[in-house]
Amino acid sequence: MSTALESKIRIQREDFSVTDEIEFMKKSSRNIGGITIFLGTGRELNKGESISELNFEHYPQMAEKKLGEIREKGIKDFGLIDMSIIHRIGHIEIGENIVLIIACGEHRQETFKACEWAIAELKRTTPIWKRETTTKGEVWVQATP
Amino acid sequence: MVTVKYFANLKQMAGKDEDQFDIKEGTTLAQLSDLIKQSVPKIGDMVREKKVMISLNYDVVPLDTVVKDGDEIALLPPFSGGI
Repeated sequence: MSTALESKIRIQREDFSVTDEIEFMKKSSRNIGGITIFLGTGRELNKGESISELNFEHYPQMAEKKLGEIREKGIKDFGLIDMSIIHRIGHIEIGENIVLIIACGEHRQETFKACEWAIAELKRTTPIWKRETTTKGEVWVQATP
Repeated sequence: MVTVKYFANLKQMAGKDEDQFDIKEGTTLAQLSDLIKQSVPKIGDMVREKKVMISLNYDVVPLDTVVKDGDEIALLPPFSGGI
């Protein structure tokens, strides 16, 4: 599990600074003209149930491998200049950051498309699981749209 | 010897992180599910019924895949990362 800002694929317990991550990615190239970010945060309600806390678990090595594959394919297929993906694990409070995807390109169009594709691909292929604590107890969340 | 890892609700169900099994040459994941069933009956059934995905050395593979000594297998409930 890496937490160094230098890595563009990270799974970490600690929170991240969206501003610092964007500034870091801007250093990738002086030709970046558009950056799209997706930030996922802990929400309070799921299907009408009030959530008091979230916990994320991952499969080390496989999760990092899949995020790396998403980054490489995203850069190649959408013609991006660079992309970073950070996902937190462990205990997360409502309102806290969970996942950050930063897509950098020469123009805006490819970054919008790549960002939306990357979060969908992350949810489909990356072994990370969410456990919600509600008033009814703890529940492992099955795949969400 | 192969290692089978359990995650999320499967880990709770198994009451452990992993199992290790001695296998014969040419054993498939479907055949391995019989050994898993001896250790955790409900999970062995879930593998057979394809209710969980299976990874072999960090890639998802079908049940007819042959495993070999030293392989790392993981039983993966539906993913729910992101938001």
